[in-house]
Amino acid sequence: MNPVNYLYLAALLFTIGATGVLIRRNAIVLFMCIELMLNACNLAFVTFSRMHGNLDGQIIAFFTMVVAAAEVVVGLAIIVSLFRSRHSASVDDASLMKL
Amino acid sequence: MENLIALLIAAPLLGAAVLLCGGRRLDAVGHWIGTVLAAASFVIGVLLFADMLGKAADHRAVTQHLFSWIPVAGFQADVTFRLDQLSMTFVLLITGVGSLIHLYSVGYMEHDERRRRFFGYLNLFLAAMLLLVLADNYLLLYVGWEGVGLASYLLIGFWQHKPSAATAAKKAFLVNRVGDVGLSIAIMLMFTTFGTFAFTPVLGAVDGASEGKLTAIALMLLLAACGKSAQVPLQSWLGDAMEGPTPVSALIHAATMVTAGVYLIVRSGALFDAAPDAQLVVTVVGAVTLLFGAIVGCAKDDIKKALAGSTMSQIGYMVLAAGLGPIGYAFAIMHLVTHGFFKAGLFLGAGSVMHGMNDEVDMRRYGGLRKYMPVTFVTFGLGYLAIIGFPGLSGFFSKDKIIEAAFAKGGTEGWILGGAALLGAALTAYYMTRVMLMTFFGEERWRARPTASPAEPDVEPAAEERGTHAEPHPHESPWIMTIPMIVLAFGSVFAGAFFGVGNRFLHWLEPVTGHEEGNSPVSAATVTAATLVLLLVGVGIAYLQYGRRPVPAVAPRGSLLTRAARRDLLQDDFNHVVLVRGGEHLTRSLVYVDHTLVDGVVNGSAASMGGLSGRLRRLQNGYARSYAVSMFGGAAVLIALTLLMRAV
Repeated sequence: MNPVNYLYLAALLFTIGATGVLIRRNAIVLFMCIELMLNACNLAFVTFSRMHGNLDGQIIAFFTMVVAAAEVVVGLAIIVSLFRSRHSASVDDASLMKL
Repeated sequence: MENLIALLIAAPLLGAAVLLCGGRRLDAVGHWIGTVLAAASFVIGVLLFADMLGKAADHRAVTQHLFSWIPVAGFQADVTFRLDQLSMTFVLLITGVGSLIHLYSVGYMEHDERRRRFFGYLNLFLAAMLLLVLADNYLLLYVGWEGVGLASYLLIGFWQHKPSAATAAKKAFLVNRVGDVGLSIAIMLMFTTFGTFAFTPVLGAVDGASEGKLTAIALMLLLAACGKSAQVPLQSWLGDAMEGPTPVSALIHAATMVTAGVYLIVRSGALFDAAPDAQLVVTVVGAVTLLFGAIVGCAKDDIKKALAGSTMSQIGYMVLAAGLGPIGYAFAIMHLVTHGFFKAGLFLGAGSVMHGMNDEVDMRRYGGLRKYMPVTFVTFGLGYLAIIGFPGLSGFFSKDKIIEAAFAKGGTEGWILGGAALLGAALTAYYMTRVMLMTFFGEERWRARPTASPAEPDVEPAAEERGTHAEPHPHESPWIMTIPMIVLAFGSVFAGAFFGVGNRFLHWLEPVTGHEEGNSPVSAATVTAATLVLLLVGVGIAYLQYGRRPVPAVAPRGSLLTRAARRDLLQDDFNHVVLVRGGEHLTRSLVYVDHTLVDGVVNGSAASMGGLSGRLRRLQNGYARSYAVSMFGGAAVLIALTLLMRAV
């Protein structure tokens, strides 16, 4: 199978993730969209690694997974504490950080 | 013997220090300390003079090196004094006339509670003036020059409680500053041109320098001389300087300080000789001033201001002579010395008259005083005869020589300058006769005094105090004031003949100033005859106007010229319109440019930055998703650019 198709899939997934980040308000959904974008990138890395016969991309994918796991821990903790204090998981409600 | 030169300056300087720092303890004896130290300086001067006479004419110049003042590589300023025939003449004039005026001041200032301070200032003036004439380089001369300006400021404004005196002092100081700037520029030019500013190397090196530079230096020196010597266009301060006590007017504004400009020109003679254009300007300034001062002197009713106009005019003669080059240098100095005698005498006489007349200065309030003040009348009269050039008296010898020298300049210039000098002689005779007649002859106008002064726009400011005094009781001044007047009257009578007969003065100064005989288109006898005729005409007109007819106690309106002359020929108005208003307009337009253009650029850029950041601030709206949009947008742009660059 032509590896380029994986790239198209990666692009599609990234776009879905990005659109989700932009149009959804629920913090959990936003978070999942970000994960989707990260995994789209991973897919692209792995594909390129396969296409170029070079393992660098696969290693980067592992790094990304580690960082994403750490990020999930911190991010979910923030979301939970945000929900506890505001009884809402909407990111637009938490808009106090401005001039 | 030359080690005594520094003592000449040290004596009055010590007096100034003691009197000004000594405090009230010295009030009782301060005036005698000042007088004795001035006289001590004169005695030292006489000793040095005697020593100098014992030497051959060409070996009379001596120097005394005191210390190195500013020793820097390539820049050597020394405190060195130079005593030659020219500075000797000045030393004797300054200390001699100065000591007499100190003596006179003891009496004149008797009732002034700040007399000690006055003597301190007088001593300071003597020290500064002596430093000026004894300096061996232009930088040291500049120190004395400024010291003289300072002393003049302090003395003009001595009665500082009078606003007019305080203003006059400031005016004199400021106008003098203009000249001082000229002197400092001249010194800088000298340093860049010759690499030094000591007299001998500078004056010896003029042949190698370009004429343009020499002309620039000479013109700057002339500007300096105009400031100190009250020559057109910097003459406006001299009339107002009469606000100072009368001995100050006699010492500073007649006999010594105003002659500093003439000294500077004569001292720098070699430089002026090499710059004929500058010399021509000098003669023009002198000729214009001698007529200007004489015309002003003709119209003033204030006796001191009439004499001030006369001083300006006589200094104009000296500057004219100094501008003629080696033909005239010696005669300029000779007139300077004789003028020192008779003008100091005239001023002291005027002070004596004021002393007896409750400080009245308006000559229309005098009249018939010869009966009450015989000594003053005789001494003032001799000074009068000397200044108008009565045959045999001082002014006759010295002024006549200048007029001859002016004709000897040759060509059209010679005729114009000589003509101006002749006309000046007639005017001198007129205004001095007018002063004489109004003061000592005629009816006693001081008896019937109006109680209130009528409002007249043209009268002198001195009229303000009219009607506030009781009727004066004219009386002769005490001996301490009359003795200096008598001595000066002797000088006025005999100095000219002593100097002039056999050209004694000329031979004395010749080693320093050099001399050439000019070839005059008119013979000396013709000039003398013409001078005498014009003298008689001047005296005659004055007699017809002020001797035959009673003098009105209130100044008549007068012709346009009279009214202009009463206002110093509109000098102050000219300064006001051209310099003051011009300066105001200049500063206003500069302020406008500063406010609109400079501040506009600065404030405008600051304001536009503020506005821009105010708008940019809106982007920080706190919505996480809008930041995400910016990030995606930015990333998209970056990727697009990368691709684009690749494609190109």
